[in-house]
Amino acid sequence: MDFIMNFPFFSIMICMLAALSSFMLGRKAAAIVAKGAIFITLVLSVVLTGWLHVRGESFVYMMGHFPAPWGNEIRAGELEGVMAIFTCIVALLSLTAGKTSIRTAVDKSKQNLFYLITCLMEASLLALIYTNDIFTGYVFIEINTIAGCGLIMIKNNGRAIASAVRYMVVSLVGSGLFLIGTTLLYSITGHLLMENINSSVAEIHASGNYSVTITIITALMTVGLSIKSGLFPFHLWIPDAYAVSIVPSSAMLSGMVSKGYIFLLIKLIYRVIGFDVFRSTGVFDLIFVAGIAAMIMGSVAAIRSGYLRRMTAYSSVSQIGYIFMGIGIANEAGAVAAIFHIITHGLTKSLLFMSAASFTGKKEDIKISDLKGLGHKHPVSAATFSAAALSIVGFPLFAGFIAKMLLANASFTEGWRMYGAICAIAVSTILNVVYFFRCIINLYAYGGFDGKEDETAVVATEEPQFAPTRYEKTIHGISVVLLALINLYIGFAPKLLTSILTKGLNVFD
Amino acid sequence: MDRINNNEKKRFYTVFKIVATILMICLAASLIICMFDMPRLFSEEHPGENVVAERYIESGIEETGAVNFVAGMILDYRAFDTFGESNVLFAATICVMVLLLGHKPSDRSEHETVPRTVKNDVILKTIAKFAVPFILMFGIYVILNGHLSPGGGFSGGAIVGSGFILAAVSFGFDRMEKFLNKKSAGIITFVSLLVYCLAKSYSFFTGANHLESGIPLGTPGAILSSGLILILNICVGFVVACTMYSFFSLMRRGKI
Amino acid sequence: MFEQIYNHFNDIVAALLFVIGFSNLLFQKNLIKKIIGLNIMDVAIYLLLASQGFIRGRIAPILTDGSESAVTYINPIPSGLVLTGIVVSVSVTALMLSMTIRLYRKYRTLDLDEILMKIRQEREEED
Repeated sequence: MDFIMNFPFFSIMICMLAALSSFMLGRKAAAIVAKGAIFITLVLSVVLTGWLHVRGESFVYMMGHFPAPWGNEIRAGELEGVMAIFTCIVALLSLTAGKTSIRTAVDKSKQNLFYLITCLMEASLLALIYTNDIFTGYVFIEINTIAGCGLIMIKNNGRAIASAVRYMVVSLVGSGLFLIGTTLLYSITGHLLMENINSSVAEIHASGNYSVTITIITALMTVGLSIKSGLFPFHLWIPDAYAVSIVPSSAMLSGMVSKGYIFLLIKLIYRVIGFDVFRSTGVFDLIFVAGIAAMIMGSVAAIRSGYLRRMTAYSSVSQIGYIFMGIGIANEAGAVAAIFHIITHGLTKSLLFMSAASFTGKKEDIKISDLKGLGHKHPVSAATFSAAALSIVGFPLFAGFIAKMLLANASFTEGWRMYGAICAIAVSTILNVVYFFRCIINLYAYGGFDGKEDETAVVATEEPQFAPTRYEKTIHGISVVLLALINLYIGFAPKLLTSILTKGLNVFD
Repeated sequence: MDRINNNEKKRFYTVFKIVATILMICLAASLIICMFDMPRLFSEEHPGENVVAERYIESGIEETGAVNFVAGMILDYRAFDTFGESNVLFAATICVMVLLLGHKPSDRSEHETVPRTVKNDVILKTIAKFAVPFILMFGIYVILNGHLSPGGGFSGGAIVGSGFILAAVSFGFDRMEKFLNKKSAGIITFVSLLVYCLAKSYSFFTGANHLESGIPLGTPGAILSSGLILILNICVGFVVACTMYSFFSLMRRGKI
Repeated sequence: MFEQIYNHFNDIVAALLFVIGFSNLLFQKNLIKKIIGLNIMDVAIYLLLASQGFIRGRIAPILTDGSESAVTYINPIPSGLVLTGIVVSVSVTALMLSMTIRLYRKYRTLDLDEILMKIRQEREEED
């Protein structure tokens, strides 16, 4: 056994230990520890993914002294590695870009707790990504839910807590459904580890018993996970939660938290229930239709909302629809496209929230009509915001374009699904253009003297302690530019990522 | 304008109620259909009765040293789950602290009529004087015998925590604060979780790399046996006791 | 039919309790009642889980009379899972309750709809 195989376990434990030690540290030390831990995890994940890509295989890692059906296990392959890298990038850059927001909106004595919650969140996400045991999945889903609640309400005012309550109620229904599915799955198979469940589900399916039960279990678990990731009929908590919370929270929530559940769903399809059995239950159609509905309805709601961050949150609903549609296409290319879109959307949406932070200032949200001329005042943020918006719209050269192309390509072989997918992508793209270009035009079109007059007026009213310091401005700029560059890189050279994802999915089941 | 909003709201609620009722009926129907299709309960042919459960019982004592097979299972065979579980508790404590720590009682108004100072209640004080030591002792007994009898860190910790709560209610928070305050509770939680984390990391690491763990299991049935399980139970007990007390204290008066 | 019900009695009760808890969560506007609904849901799942491990005529999985054979004891796995689940449910309940306390202190009501309405008014006043 190679030493490098310990890396998934190390990355989970490093984040956990960082979370624990933040409890005893002051706010500055906690910030350094949190960023350091996430950075180390990032390095470990990059090394691990590279190693796995060269070897082209996956491995399971025993958590303890006992082998497969008895002990807990984690599993690492290229897919898991890429997801881990992506969550680390989003978490790290959210922390650096949102420094102003943490300093001004969070109570001084509780800032270390914010970093603690972030580390716990990262650890639980890594555990969700790597887990090979369905009950471990449930436990870490709960940590993830509670940490997500902490991220929303860290602002500690009435509005934030009310949206956290809504988030919790919806999420707990989701985890309840997931747990009841797990229980039923245990009682018909007698196992909790994914591989063992998979083989006994395949046996049961072949023998023809329990066909109703398997369908219902699949539906319950899928619905549970899609409630938690905010798929269309269950999306009502999203806009409040994303728009009210502080900047790094909304970047992380939209960028990685909801994506962890979708990855678990993909694991459920390929590694627990098994692709063929899952397909025979017909739940794919459900996912596909819900995804398309989310794409359209999310965009319509985004057009109707007049506030910047709220609009971005609604746009998140529509993008999650894209991901679910990709899964619902029900072939390998669709799953690859879905995972590709998980990554591109996570990077893009967190970039949007981070850039929007410069425009909103200390206010919670800003009217889109008030954006006039702000593009000249914050050139870097405006540029990255526009880049992210173009990527979401699906402008060529950006990552979002590749994702949409992969989604459309995947649907070509699938009969009726092709028409649905292509039409939905077309309509949703047009709607995306409507609401994002409205922002970009507002940002840039009203320039010149008007903008400068506004600037002096704004500076006079802004209290000095709420304004970002020079240092914070610099690292905010560096973070957003870095994210935009990653986005452009994926757009220019998607080959590497797609080949890793395809290879990873091949060794997935 | 308001009336229109009200009408819209009413319509929304009627639609919502109808849709939700239908959904609930569908959920109930599908769950019950599913339950009829399930393997027969309480019988020996249940799919859960397989090699997994067999090994937990038949080799449990040899491999973990715990006489209580459930304790052996959750703290040794499937320890990662349990590690996650104690982190759930930790995360919840942190979130409650964010919400309530330093939220001063002066924010309360006349709506909350509960008096904050302890009244001179003779009956409560007398009974608590007798009961609290026994409650604490029983809690400690349950924690220490977690690997030998029913119970363990969580149940024992909950008992100890409720003993603390009873003491705080009857003798006043000021007297509890002398030994259980924000600092000491924080240090106890931190050290226990750190020990837990490091002990389990050691066992995961040695297990996965096929190294001998080198932890003696002792004679099964003795109090000092079953390797790490006793230590882990004590750690969990400390964490849970502090957590229970701090939940109560935070909700009651906004500080630990 | 009756034999079926007899064989799956615990399962069916658990399913009904789950739906009762779920509907409480959906239809009740009072936050405390919502939390109670949540707990009913959790308890239903634990009932379901615990019934999966029980076998008639066997005893709790703690070494008794030195018997180490698997047919003496019930299945220990569901018991362990229920233990884990209870801890999760305790943490979630404590968190929900403390959020309720904060909301009550701020808005003087437990009705979630009223709270949301007050928040909307607050936002409109700010603009």
